[in-house]
Amino acid sequence: MPDATGLELLAKELQESEGMGAEAILGTLYFRGHATLEAQPQRIRAVLGRLRERGYRSLMSVHGVDYYPHEPRLGVHYELLDMDKVDRVTVVVRVSTDAPDLDSVTPDGEDGKGWPTADHQEREIYDMFGVAFHGHPDMRRILMPEDYEGHPQRRDFPVGGEPVIFTYNEHESSGVTR
Amino acid sequence: MEIKREPVPRGARPTGQGQGEVEIDSSGLRVNTHDSKELLRGAELLGPTAPASMDGEELERYVHERVLTTTLEKAVSWGRSNSFFPLAFGLACCAMEQFQTAGPRMDIARFGFEAFRASPRQADLIILAGRVSIKMAPIIRRLYDQMLEPKWAISMGACCSSMGVFNNYALVPADKFMPIDVHVPGCPPRPESLMHGILKLRKMVQDDPDAGWRERYGAQGTEEILPGA
Repeated sequence: MPDATGLELLAKELQESEGMGAEAILGTLYFRGHATLEAQPQRIRAVLGRLRERGYRSLMSVHGVDYYPHEPRLGVHYELLDMDKVDRVTVVVRVSTDAPDLDSVTPDGEDGKGWPTADHQEREIYDMFGVAFHGHPDMRRILMPEDYEGHPQRRDFPVGGEPVIFTYNEHESSGVTR
Repeated sequence: MEIKREPVPRGARPTGQGQGEVEIDSSGLRVNTHDSKELLRGAELLGPTAPASMDGEELERYVHERVLTTTLEKAVSWGRSNSFFPLAFGLACCAMEQFQTAGPRMDIARFGFEAFRASPRQADLIILAGRVSIKMAPIIRRLYDQMLEPKWAISMGACCSSMGVFNNYALVPADKFMPIDVHVPGCPPRPESLMHGILKLRKMVQDDPDAGWRERYGAQGTEEILPGA
């Protein structure tokens, strides 16, 4: 785990590396011993690729977050691990609900190797939060039925499920045909 | 049992026309005595075991002790209700308790329900043990439709009846898509509860109540018969 100083150095190194720029890393967060880099959404593949060269070769988890009511609302977290130094860093990108588009990190591309482990996890983020990953080999829902409407883990999604049908109101049930 | 002859009470069935008389026995129960024709038929049913020398009250008592009359429907539902073939089918944690009912402590085999079938086509009771996700619901409905009549369904546990602690976007209560005969509450219900539910169902089958929910759910005549089978 880079410490607070190490995180700033890592951010600076990324910003100064080839093809990047100051805007590639939007910020850093060091909280309770955990280092987080906030990256520009368009540069996510490049940032992860550069970190892989730095030794963070395992993508342990990709997951979504809804930061409602803060904007941009949706976040995607990439948890990286350096297996040799047992060192972790988190990369966060934020996208808005109006244009929830990101480049998929799953496939190999001209800009470097992909992360095959992200395949199902990106599908889950698409399913639950509605972030569309461009270039993903199989961008479908993974948990909910394919004809399901809405993205249930967003915080403006209604909490309650189906209204419970008892004998007195069973005729309101969609299962009842009489 | 000694039968005392007493006057016919008011409101009793009319006597005569070969209907037999209504009598009161010592315990206060009303007993229909048979007229001689019925007695003879009863003796015939008993076959060669009935002593030929008997007649009258002696024969009457003899027949009473040995012949039980019922309707075919009742006999059939008695048989059905004591030989459920449940579908071996578990959805979530309730299934663990469901297995227990087949174990030695509850011993579902006492009642003749121990033959858990692996195919819905051989089963006549489906126990929905656990939560039903909206992705699983069509599959369960299909399993239910594949079961041959007569068939029954038990919803086991809170999730399946009212979604319990998992009342969110992913689940659907079983009543939404198929007729449930008995709901067993609990989270999860203990094996005793499931047993109680199954025995309730047994009582329902024996009494044959037509609650009409099969029609309401469009769940009659839905068996899938393969062409040419």
